[in-house]
Amino acid sequence: MIGLSHYLVLGALLFALGMAGIFLNRKNAIVLLMSIELILLAVNFNFIGFSTFMGDLAGQVFVFFILTVAAAESAIGLAIMVALFRNRNSIDVADLDTMKG
Amino acid sequence: MTLFIFYCFAAVLIFAATMVITARNPVHAAMYLVLAFFNSAALWIMAGAEFLGIVLVLVYVGAVMVLFLFVVMMLDINLEKLREGFVRHLYIGLPIAVVMVVQMLLVVGSGIMDPATLPSGDLPIPEDAGNTALLGSVLYTVYVYPFELAAVILLVAIIAAIMLTLRRREGTKHQDPGRQVKVRKEDRLRTVDLPRNQQSGSR
Repeated sequence: MIGLSHYLVLGALLFALGMAGIFLNRKNAIVLLMSIELILLAVNFNFIGFSTFMGDLAGQVFVFFILTVAAAESAIGLAIMVALFRNRNSIDVADLDTMKG
Repeated sequence: MTLFIFYCFAAVLIFAATMVITARNPVHAAMYLVLAFFNSAALWIMAGAEFLGIVLVLVYVGAVMVLFLFVVMMLDINLEKLREGFVRHLYIGLPIAVVMVVQMLLVVGSGIMDPATLPSGDLPIPEDAGNTALLGSVLYTVYVYPFELAAVILLVAIIAAIMLTLRRREGTKHQDPGRQVKVRKEDRLRTVDLPRNQQSGSR
């Protein structure tokens, strides 16, 4: 029978893969956004697992809000990518040194 | 049998997630992310969150991933330049990922996550109600204020995305509503006294 730990382990693996993706694709900002989507998916897995196995609906409502915020985040992120590519002709994160940070 | 189906979906999900972060071409990465979202939706439906599984397919696969693909294909990216340093970063990223997995497995395996020992929540799920109806009834009563805030966040996202990508080019014909409102009759209408022509005659 599927237990809570199955979902938690799957979430942990997905989270680590998303984290590794951020390290691996340091240059490509679009794949960075995709890695963030993976991390959010892992968090949602934990919420849904706990919601199911504790019999509490609040976790699912929270996933609903996370999905909303993640959709808004990726929309704005991609808009920034487009504006960035127009100005600098590149989406390499290393090229973003205008602010001398 | 359920466990076998779970492992099948989980294996494909992990494979797809690995391909997302290692794919050479961003378009392939986006397609593998679509596969990952599909398998997640199936797993969520297996866990009893039917509405969220469908929302994941509709909103993420249907809207967000199409937006991703649109942007990836619109930008003319130099793929070779973006791949520089991939192997060098692998030596940093892989150990960190492994350490994180081991730490989280230790927490999960320690038994403090046993649902029997965890305190019960405020919103118990009744047995006889559908998942969608339950979420709907909670969303418009207990969580109505966060729900409104989510709507505001989406509005902000719309305005921000449009403002970031909007550009005014010289020479395009566009309306200026301010000038349209401010216009007066004298600016556009000119009355001319024409001498009356007797020969052609007005009927």
